[in-house]
Amino acid sequence: MSFYDFFTGLENTPLGVAIKESTWMFPAIEAVHLLALALLGGAVLLLDLRLLGIGLKAYPASTVEKGVRPWLAIAILTLIGSGVLIGFSETLKLWGKPSFWVKMAALALAIAFTYLVRNPLARRDAGGVGVKAAAVLSMALWLTVALAGRWIGFS
Amino acid sequence: MSIESFVTWLGDTPWSVALHESQYTYTFVEAAHVLGITLFAGTIAMVDLRLLGISFRGIKVSQMNDRILPWTVAGFILMVATGLVLFYAIPVRTFHSVWFRLKLVLMLIAGVNIWIYTFHVEKNRAEWDEAPRPPPGARLAAVLSLTMWIGVIVTGRMIAYNWYDCDKPQPRFIEAFAGCRAVPGYVPE
Repeated sequence: MSFYDFFTGLENTPLGVAIKESTWMFPAIEAVHLLALALLGGAVLLLDLRLLGIGLKAYPASTVEKGVRPWLAIAILTLIGSGVLIGFSETLKLWGKPSFWVKMAALALAIAFTYLVRNPLARRDAGGVGVKAAAVLSMALWLTVALAGRWIGFS
Repeated sequence: MSIESFVTWLGDTPWSVALHESQYTYTFVEAAHVLGITLFAGTIAMVDLRLLGISFRGIKVSQMNDRILPWTVAGFILMVATGLVLFYAIPVRTFHSVWFRLKLVLMLIAGVNIWIYTFHVEKNRAEWDEAPRPPPGARLAAVLSLTMWIGVIVTGRMIAYNWYDCDKPQPRFIEAFAGCRAVPGYVPE
């Protein structure tokens, strides 16, 4: 079985069929996805603003990072969980959409950059122009994920 | 002029029709609305979590207010501006949406909560500015804020679904809350 067969077959699994046929499941999952998006926005922004020196600048970046850490993780996990369920109902359509693959690539980049570069920088209370660039890149990557997501529903 | 005739007139204006039928503009406004929600609800949630004493316990409440709430206000302005455009694109159906009406009620409660917090609860903030766990009044305000804004986001998302639209017979309660009887052509059960 190729990856294509596996991926496009997901919508015919009992879970995929259940989401497709239910009137309220899809909207409910969408609402959870949206709530998690808002949480992500807050968690990402609080630290990026601090790194740019325009947010909670009276406190070290490491303090802000510690505060947002659980919420960032909860938001990302909830977004992925609800996102997988949303995708499950129409995997054949998703396969052919460039917007979906752009979003997945941007998501992988955003998560890797956040946990491998940006958060470690914040934990070390690093300073300088590199940190500001990391904050801008972080916001740009997450914005790309969100906008590509909007584009999936539209294309 | 009643609200009914106002929204009917609004929906017949050329720009409303153009927005409704546009291929890109409506979607762009919707995307900006979601970004506004992210900025607004995301930042207010962080402030509420501080008020609850769950996170940012080492950060002064006044610092969360002064440094973060301006971003919340910016998100609110973007959210309201784009929300008005979205309403303008589909005024009659939205006006008669039970979800939209519920959303306005929740926003009103959230507004009253902010008013009470600002003019009563916050008055003696200096006494608990650095407290890891603020007093019950502040925590109650935070719980109400989180609950109402979660409700606003969920009901807002549901406006897109037509289960309770007045274009088909509805149960009495829905019919009354949505004001279906005022919609021309509404057929009761």
